[in-house]
Amino acid sequence: MNAKKRIVIIGATSGIAEACARLWVQDQAVDLTLVGRDALKTEAVAADLRVRSQASTVTVMAVDFLAEDKIKETVDLLCLKQPVDIVLIAHGTLPDQFAAQKDSALCKQTLEINAISPVLFAEVFVGHMEKANHGTLGIIGSVAGDRGRKSNYIYGAAKGLVARYAQGLQHRLASSNVKVVLIKPGPTDTPMTASLKFQGLKVAPLEEVAKKIVKAMSAGQAEAYVPWKWKIIMRVIQHLPSFIFARLNI
Amino acid sequence: MTPLSSWGRLGSHAHRQIFLNDRYAIGSMIRSHQPGIAFGHGRSYGDVCLNPGGTVWKTRGLDRFISFDPVRGLLACEAGVLLRDIHGLVVSQGWMLPVTPGTQLVTVGGAIANDVHGKNHHRYGSFGDHVLKLRLLRTDGEIIDCGPDQRSEWFGATLGGLGLTGLVTEATIQLRKIEGAWLQSETIPYKSLEHFFELAAASEEDWEHTVSWIDCMDRGQGRGLFMRANHIKSAFDEPKNRQRKMPFSPPVSLINGLSLRPLNWSYYHLHRLKAKKAQVHYKPFFYPLDHVLEWNRLYGPKGFYQYQSVVPLEYGRDSIRAMLQAIARSGEGSFLAVLKTFGDRRSTGLLSFPGPGVTLALDFPNRNDRTHRLLERLDAVVRDQGGRIYPAKDARMPRDLFESGYPKLNEFLNYRDAGISSALSRRLMGS
Ligand SMILES: Cc1cc2nc3c(=O)[nH]c(=O)nc-3n(C[C@H](O)[C@H](O)[C@H](O)COP(=O)(O)OP(=O)(O)OC[C@H]3O[C@@H](n4cnc5c(N)ncnc54)[C@H](O)[C@@H]3O)c2cc1C
Ligand SMILES: NC(=O)c1ccc[n+]([C@@H]2O[C@H](COP(=O)([O-])OP(=O)(O)OC[C@H]3O[C@@H](n4cnc5c(N)ncnc54)[C@H](OP(=O)(O)O)[C@@H]3O)[C@@H](O)[C@H]2O)c1
Repeated sequence: MNAKKRIVIIGATSGIAEACARLWVQDQAVDLTLVGRDALKTEAVAADLRVRSQASTVTVMAVDFLAEDKIKETVDLLCLKQPVDIVLIAHGTLPDQFAAQKDSALCKQTLEINAISPVLFAEVFVGHMEKANHGTLGIIGSVAGDRGRKSNYIYGAAKGLVARYAQGLQHRLASSNVKVVLIKPGPTDTPMTASLKFQGLKVAPLEEVAKKIVKAMSAGQAEAYVPWKWKIIMRVIQHLPSFIFARLNI
Repeated sequence: MTPLSSWGRLGSHAHRQIFLNDRYAIGSMIRSHQPGIAFGHGRSYGDVCLNPGGTVWKTRGLDRFISFDPVRGLLACEAGVLLRDIHGLVVSQGWMLPVTPGTQLVTVGGAIANDVHGKNHHRYGSFGDHVLKLRLLRTDGEIIDCGPDQRSEWFGATLGGLGLTGLVTEATIQLRKIEGAWLQSETIPYKSLEHFFELAAASEEDWEHTVSWIDCMDRGQGRGLFMRANHIKSAFDEPKNRQRKMPFSPPVSLINGLSLRPLNWSYYHLHRLKAKKAQVHYKPFFYPLDHVLEWNRLYGPKGFYQYQSVVPLEYGRDSIRAMLQAIARSGEGSFLAVLKTFGDRRSTGLLSFPGPGVTLALDFPNRNDRTHRLLERLDAVVRDQGGRIYPAKDARMPRDLFESGYPKLNEFLNYRDAGISSALSRRLMGS
């Protein structure tokens, strides 16, 4: 019998996901599956986690994040044997907004990776979770999805889709035991923001953000701004009258 | 470009910072952003990890363990892992890094590049003595796996190689066994340098760790506190440690002639009155300042100089006395003065700092010319006695002193990577 908590991370090489994984294995021995697009890179993350928790089982799977049939196959396989307890969908890509405006291919890829791909994964997981009436699905959106801004609206639009999607799932699963947690990080210290730090962007420490995500997921919170102050900041931004908003350079 | 400084905070210059994260992408990252220099956790005091106006490759994102064998105590990890995180993993399993510096907030890559030493040099040598293998990535893409018995010429150049031979991407380290996380320590006041050298000699045999704190304000007499300790069979649990940050940079240096004298005096007397023997957890014993994060801000906005030298033992007493007298005369004071003897062993690294002799480490708030004049007087003593200065802590040593202190420099230069340059390498090697 396997009493270890079963956790699956999609986009496991992401800075945020890796930091969450370290917290999960540190907490207790778990049965963890890391899904990434690049087997070698994902394996490096797995090896580290195995060292940190020798009692945990860490498995790696590589898949094409836009191939719906492969995604379904992978998730079915993962949920076949026993129900999963926790799923975190973490992948994403933040392009230069200006470049995405000019380059249709980049624009398309941004929408696909940040919006379509997470939905494809989540939908299959949720199907299994609903059947088992068990599990928590965390999906990472962003504060950028709360109001379209000229500095990142293509990425933001995709994240907005994820937010609306998570809301729908929560409605669908309201009377079940399945929890869907929409995570909205503010700027966080990961490779995604490396080039923005030059422009003076203030980023939250990764470990702090990960701690809050792990906590929000274990509480089954519907929505989690991390750090929490972003909830207030985004509330203000969302409610700024457009004649003021139009003048802001954000 | 964003401002970056090292631990001494002597200046904050614009750097292009390249964040390394994916071990498989380092090659292309450094190839397309060179020349540059690796920047670990910036715990060096001077300019060894800096490249003003140019590129630094920040390695902290390379923080993955690769493997750990708890039976043999073998740990492999990426070069940006902090020594603190290694201890977090292995101490409770009965292992420890054999050699660590006075802070565990340094990376494995930084510990290798400065071939750092601890309080147990006479027993365990320097950090590099416990590295079994390392992977060196050159900016032209070549990967060199080296160790004591494998391409050992590259190994010798890279230990203490100041980051100039290539980027260390990963390393395998042999840990040492411990039977608990605590040490038995003794603190003994000494009243003269003679007394210090007697204590040091008498302690080598039976004590693994020896170090002393010396009062620099005492007209060069040489009174201080000698500390020695051994690991003991004990619990593995931790005392609760609270990390404190300096909440702000004080507008002027808090370390000045006025505050320093009473501070030194009270430190000495406080300890003299206290019990001489104690059991201490390894963290407060080895890393007393690590719980005060950013204590370097105490020195104010102009930063501070460290000055660490080693001089041969035979002239040790005279050299140390001459340096203490020069300091006392200058009135510049030095709060954190550490005096210790190294064991009779040389390190493998061509440019490694530790070696037989006595080492004195001093801190001085930056007061521009006044400080420089004093440091030049100290240089004269070191030069006269055939000693050398530790590059990890240096921002200003004259080139001739570097050349005389490191006689294998010419051999080392053959191993330099043409795509790597630091403020220190330009200052001391011309490129
Ligand atoms: C409180 C305190 C106490 C200290 N006590 C001691 C002591 O007792 N003994 C001692 O020896 N030192 C001591 N030091 C100095 C410190 O141990 C060294 O400066 C150490 O090298 C710092 O490591 P870092 O990771 O911060 O590297 P950095 O300071 O960022 O860089 C140091 C050097 O390492 C190189 N480097 C870093 N990573 C790599 C890599 N991956 N590949 C190649 N080169 C790399 C850099 O280019 C640079 O040349 C102390 C420092 C402090 C702040
Ligand atoms: N960091 C922030 O400030 C911040 C703020 C708000 C929201 N978020 C969101 O938080 C999540 C995690 O971000 P992070 O900061 O941890 O970013 P990160 O470290 O840059 O990681 C990005 C992840 O997405 C994966 N990915 C990118 N493009 C892909 C593709 N085409 N196919 C498959 N996988 C792809 C990457 O895989 P590879 O490793 O293989 O490249 C990596 O796992 C993302 O959804 C991001 O949008 C981040």
